[in-house]
Amino acid sequence: MHASFQWAWLIPLMPLLSFLIIAFVTKKWPRLSSTISIICILTSFVLAVWIGYGVLTTGDQLVEKPYQHTLNWLTFNNVPWGLSEGSLNIEFGTLVDPLTAMMLFVVTLVASMVQIYSVGYMHGDKGFSRYFAYQSLFAMSMLGLVLATNFLQLFLFWELVGLCSYLLIGFWFFKVSAREAAKKAFITTRVGDFGLLLGILFLLNKFGTLNFFKLHEMIGPQFNNAVVVGGISYLTLTAFLVFIGPVGKSGQFPLHVWLPDAMEGPTPVSALIHAATMVVAGVFLVARVFFLFKASPATMEFISYLGCFTALFAATIAVAQDDIKRILAYSTLSQLGYMMMALGLGAMTASMFHLMTHAFFKALMFLGAGSVIHALHEKQNIWDMGGLWKKMKITGTTFFIGVLAIAGVPGLSGFFSKDEILTAAYHNNIILYVVASFTAFLTAFYMSRLFFVAFTGDEKPENHPHESPWMMTLPLIILAVLSVVGGYVALPEHGFGYFVRPWGSEYEVEHMNYLVAGISTVLGLSGIGLAYLVYNRKAISADNIVATFPRTYKVLQNKYYVDELYLWIIKNIVDGFGKVLYWFDIYVVDGIINALGFLAKFFGSLFRRAQTGQLQVYAMVIFVSIVIMFLVITFGEQQLSALIPFLGGVK
Amino acid sequence: MSFNLSVGLPHYLLVAAMLFCFGLYGVFSKKNAIAVLMSLELMLNAVNINLVAFNRFLFNKPIDVQGVKHYLLAGHVSAIFVIVVAAAEVAVGLALVITMYRNRLSTNVDELDWLKW
Repeated sequence: MHASFQWAWLIPLMPLLSFLIIAFVTKKWPRLSSTISIICILTSFVLAVWIGYGVLTTGDQLVEKPYQHTLNWLTFNNVPWGLSEGSLNIEFGTLVDPLTAMMLFVVTLVASMVQIYSVGYMHGDKGFSRYFAYQSLFAMSMLGLVLATNFLQLFLFWELVGLCSYLLIGFWFFKVSAREAAKKAFITTRVGDFGLLLGILFLLNKFGTLNFFKLHEMIGPQFNNAVVVGGISYLTLTAFLVFIGPVGKSGQFPLHVWLPDAMEGPTPVSALIHAATMVVAGVFLVARVFFLFKASPATMEFISYLGCFTALFAATIAVAQDDIKRILAYSTLSQLGYMMMALGLGAMTASMFHLMTHAFFKALMFLGAGSVIHALHEKQNIWDMGGLWKKMKITGTTFFIGVLAIAGVPGLSGFFSKDEILTAAYHNNIILYVVASFTAFLTAFYMSRLFFVAFTGDEKPENHPHESPWMMTLPLIILAVLSVVGGYVALPEHGFGYFVRPWGSEYEVEHMNYLVAGISTVLGLSGIGLAYLVYNRKAISADNIVATFPRTYKVLQNKYYVDELYLWIIKNIVDGFGKVLYWFDIYVVDGIINALGFLAKFFGSLFRRAQTGQLQVYAMVIFVSIVIMFLVITFGEQQLSALIPFLGGVK
Repeated sequence: MSFNLSVGLPHYLLVAAMLFCFGLYGVFSKKNAIAVLMSLELMLNAVNINLVAFNRFLFNKPIDVQGVKHYLLAGHVSAIFVIVVAAAEVAVGLALVITMYRNRLSTNVDELDWLKW
């Protein structure tokens, strides 16, 4: 084992340290706070690179058995359930394997870039120090989540990530919309967390341990997967419950509503949430406990279909959006759908590969969008932009690289990762392949639409854009370079796929499927070309298309009315049910309590007659009682003699 | 036929019991608070007679402690204690009765029922 592995705990500790320092000491000095925060996250980044190097030199023995460094955290004795020997130990520690190393690298890199960028973007904001404190806490939570050795530790950091996203989305809390968005994000993900917690309890109940690797060893072929209810096995139920957590966190279909609203936070926060931290936590969790999902084919199938549906669903919405950040948000949803679909198809490597490349180019594009918004003084509608290409050379170029990468243009990182996912779909399920390919076309189209509308075309006279300072452009350049070269890590024989794969699985060399690659290239390029024709050359009028399908356009622009549907459900069904319960509370629950009170009052009024207030009556009662006691003790039966010690009598 | 006319323990106990019953009757039946207090004194004195009588008739043997003869006087001492305590009690009781009379112009215990519900 490499020497670096035992120091993995330092990686989340550094941002935590900076959070504490900023919160308690340096809050009054913004520049000092940001410097501390950046130094700490860069230290973590260096450590992450060191660990990554260690993983590369150690080879694939880490895939057989990951390195774990643990302390005992909680011990419960006489546990009545589970297969353990009557006691349950939950440890707190760090788990290092190639997946962790990859995530550490991506998270610390993106977090560093975002923090450096934020120095320029948040310049002059009142909450500058607070912002960096939150950023550090966010980074700490995500890094702790990545390094977790067991479900409980993961859940702890999982909730911390949710909390930090709440704080950062609602960072400008004086805006009503930001407050609402923060609450929405928190509550929506809470729905998913409930499922995850249930899943964890199910696992604990059956296996008596929460450690990932121990669970992996237990859920082997020898595990008796008993049917619980109606043909659903225990593992399927558990896996499904665990999966609800990622559905909320990674914005899969029914719980995706919080993610586009999360755009209310400062733009670098969106970059962090959407590229490296919050949303990929769900995908990461599924990859981390991939053994659990693999043991349940039904859940796997569900995941693949849900992912594919989310990808298409979000991509169609993105086509009709006008807000630059919302387009990117729906694009994120769509790409997360891709990752989930790949996981559902069993292609964990492809999914993680896409997670990594997506982190690069999505962080790049969000930071680019932030640069644009900064230059245009908080304008976010793409139709208010235009002609930025000439004024903002660095932002424009790097953004274009991001668009090409996400569109899957050959040679860039997105091409390699998306191609792996499409190949997996092609081999497993042709329907998913067709839908995913169509989504790829849509992705290329709406991203190019965004680019052509915002960056090319006529300049707007009321805009006076200028290039952002170097602190903002430097991260853009670094991320752009990674977006270009990031895909090549898969090419060597002992490349990405050799390291990042499920525990204990055989390494299979994936050869490129030239048919799939060719089709996706054609689709990507035609998407870009179509957008070019519509929005740059104006050869096809976009207004005409809208006029032809007014209904469709309206539905897409209103995001399929999902928010309205939820609102309707809450207003009518939840509130209605609440009214019924309110009635029940007022008339039944309160009725019982009032009846009890009345009963006590009634008996009180009955028995108070005994209290006459007459001194001599009391004296008489006392005397007669003493006489009775005396008689009982003296002549009473044996059973009454038990009273003697209390009455002090003599016999 | 010969009668044992000497006074023994039963006679004392009988007198004490009668005295106690008179006192009890007074406590139960008298309306005047002062009369109630006086009846209470009767009851206490009945007890005193008992204490002294028991001491006199049951423990009247000298006890040899290191060559010196001692008599056990616990009953007598108890009786003196009772007298002292009774005196204190009557002092408090009379003070209460006087205060009560000043406020209500009455010492009738039947009217002293204002602490009931």
